[in-house]
Amino acid sequence: MGQYNFKLPDLGEGLVEAEIADIHVKVGEMVTEDQPLIDMMTDKATVEMPSPVDGKILSISGNLGEMIAVGSVMVVLEVEGEGNVDGEPVKAEAVVEVSAPVKADEPVAKITPATPVAPVLSGATSEKPLTSPAVRRRALEEDVDLTRVSGSGPAGRISHQDLDDFIAAGGRVGQPSHQKRTAIEEIPVIGIRRKIAERMELSKRSIPHYSYVEEVDVTEVEKLRLFLNDNRTEDQPKLSILPFIMMATLKGMEKFPECNSHYDPAHSLVRRFSGVHLGIASQTPNGLMVPVVSHAETRDIWDMATEMMRVSSAARAGKAKRNELSGSTVTITSLGKIGGIVTTPVINYPEVCIIGVNKIVPRPMVMGGTDIKIRQMMNLSSSFDHRVVDGYVAAELIQFIKGVLEQPATLFM
Amino acid sequence: MEMKCKLLVIGAGPGGYVAAIRAGQLGIDTIIVEGDRAGGTCLIRGCIPSKALIHAADKYQQINKHTGKGHLGISLKTEPELDFAKTMTWKEGIVDRLNGGVEGLLKKAKVRQIKGWATFKDAKTCDVETKSGIVTIAAEHVILANGSKPTELPFLPFGGDVLSSTEALTLEQVPEKLVVVGAGYIGLELGIAYSKLGSEVTFIEADSRILATYDKELTAPVAKWLQANGITVHLGAKASGWKDNKLSYADKDGEAQTIAADKLLVTVGRKPNTEGWGLENMAVDMDGPFVKIDKYCRTAMKNVWAIGDITGEPMLAHRASAQGEVVAEIIAGKKREFNPNAIAAVCFTDPEIIAVGQSGAEAKTSGVETIVGKFPLMANGRALTMEAGEGGGFVRITARADNHVIVGIHAVGPQISELSGEFALAMEMGARLEDIADTIHVHPTVTESFAEASLSALGHAIHI
Repeated sequence: MGQYNFKLPDLGEGLVEAEIADIHVKVGEMVTEDQPLIDMMTDKATVEMPSPVDGKILSISGNLGEMIAVGSVMVVLEVEGEGNVDGEPVKAEAVVEVSAPVKADEPVAKITPATPVAPVLSGATSEKPLTSPAVRRRALEEDVDLTRVSGSGPAGRISHQDLDDFIAAGGRVGQPSHQKRTAIEEIPVIGIRRKIAERMELSKRSIPHYSYVEEVDVTEVEKLRLFLNDNRTEDQPKLSILPFIMMATLKGMEKFPECNSHYDPAHSLVRRFSGVHLGIASQTPNGLMVPVVSHAETRDIWDMATEMMRVSSAARAGKAKRNELSGSTVTITSLGKIGGIVTTPVINYPEVCIIGVNKIVPRPMVMGGTDIKIRQMMNLSSSFDHRVVDGYVAAELIQFIKGVLEQPATLFM
Repeated sequence: MEMKCKLLVIGAGPGGYVAAIRAGQLGIDTIIVEGDRAGGTCLIRGCIPSKALIHAADKYQQINKHTGKGHLGISLKTEPELDFAKTMTWKEGIVDRLNGGVEGLLKKAKVRQIKGWATFKDAKTCDVETKSGIVTIAAEHVILANGSKPTELPFLPFGGDVLSSTEALTLEQVPEKLVVVGAGYIGLELGIAYSKLGSEVTFIEADSRILATYDKELTAPVAKWLQANGITVHLGAKASGWKDNKLSYADKDGEAQTIAADKLLVTVGRKPNTEGWGLENMAVDMDGPFVKIDKYCRTAMKNVWAIGDITGEPMLAHRASAQGEVVAEIIAGKKREFNPNAIAAVCFTDPEIIAVGQSGAEAKTSGVETIVGKFPLMANGRALTMEAGEGGGFVRITARADNHVIVGIHAVGPQISELSGEFALAMEMGARLEDIADTIHVHPTVTESFAEASLSALGHAIHI
């Protein structure tokens, strides 16, 4: 029997650490090669770590939400034959973030509780609702939180009658009540949520956002869209407005390449990309993610739509690959059908431009100076990194996109 | 052989067997595994045999009082004779009866009993080495009720004349000189009993007083009794080694001392049985040396539950039993939680001590202002008629100053332990001082002291 130390492999892109997003196995469990052990989350993606060997789990380093350094031991397995260590003690070098306490010496054999464990009973007696054991048991069975029942007895003791009255008044948990609620639930910000928080903070703290909103008359492009949908072949997807906006954005990036860039202030560099990789902000059950339609310049409208649907549904299912969640050069964010006149999108760091799509609504518009017509109107709410994109250029870009969307034939020229 | 069950209970002590019986009553297919006899520390080598020994010792001492010029007008011409072997046989008879009773109850509840020590391979599977070979048991739910054992001091390992409480309950003769290291409740109960049986008893206690977990007022009558009965207590003394039937220790001034003894009893606490049976393969979380549980007695591993001493203080049989009942009912789908207001603790010293809830000082640290009422047994008629009035016994009640809700009840006195039920009930019902004062207590009984203590806290005791 030997011991096999499974270390966090290099996940690429110069990453030095990753966060434990999920643990699929427990200490003592037998696992087979390629069985998923742990999900590690990087800035961009959640990566499943399959077991490199057959063996028995001896220990798992760290808990959910903890950062693990690349190259440090994540899981220790007992394997047939030699293993890859000669039995020296194993520690995870949890990566220390700025000002976080050093955790390197924490015991290794910790595993996340399968069920949340509440604090163990303390000796305090005085703060519990004053009542008899029989009332307490009935309250438990009836799902009544006794801290919300007012007791009529001396010192506020809750009687059976008080409990009956509370239930009769519909006062079970979840029912409206006029009692004060004082509980505060503490929800750990871990995993993707923490990542989102960090990235949003990074973006808003370091980028001076400049926002620009313009309305776009999409009556014509909507007509085109309906026509294409009516006449599409079976292998062509049904089009929403988004692929058209993606096409328009692609055109915009080609014309204003300064917006299709990453700004790297540490090196005083703007990296201007020749290819256009469209990030599509998507709401997933785990929170905001940005799957990427890469090389938009190589795609027609149908391919654009197919690829967009594929990567965003992969992201929603939590199955997006790492390269499908990274490398965007410009991001489109749409609140789709929810509505809203204007948004102030947060730039997807280190990009310099994000375009927000607001809901299409029919509005009366003045046409040709005298006619009032009902037109399909949509606002584009965009934000730019004002350090490297001037307001003038930003306005020009949006006006250009507005132009191609209002004259949809130009989308395909 | 392989077996499957819905519920596997490890340990047939007062936690495990209660859990198993309740589970059986609820129709759960249950297996209980015990390596020793059913009954656990409590029935086999703890509470019950020690209480039998204490009773016999007390009786012997009482009878001794009547020899010579007599006592209460009753005199014996010759001294009573102690046949300690017969005392032990009588004690064993009680243990056997209770052991048989527990096994009968388990059987009646259709619980399958497996004799042997279980070793866990993973959280839900264990191997049990039985007489007829290894039995592998796989279960849907597991209750860990592995209990605890006496703490051993590395420099005073058990064996030979160095006894743990277990061996102290199975001695063949009364030691002439008995030294007890540790004057906590276990050491005191046994030391006092052997003193009554004729041993010359000396205590070596590292703390500055006996029964250090209780407040001084409460333990003073016990200290007084020890002094009156010629028992030496070296406080602030640290035992260091045992050689040639001599214990070496440093006294309170740090001076090296030795003391000769026939037997050395080491009672410095108990530690949970968490090693050597595969707990590490179960992926439960620990809370210091104990298995960590929540108010439902759940461990960190799904469907693995833990009850009793293995889960921490207070390490008391009645806590384990109450937890066992709760867990069995939860597994059967009932809504239960282990969330008592208070768990009473009793020391069967002479005099006996009861503590439930908080003392005034303890309440103050949690920010609660209290009022205290105390009633001396000396002022209780019934206590006087049973020679329980002397010795400084009392009942003390501590209540919140604002609403008179009782936060703690403490008492010390001969046979006062029988009042613990009323005290626990008062705490559990959330009684106020007025509830106790207005409950008519039977005259003449010692329980009147409880009502009087309440009146005293309210400022108008009748009999003091």
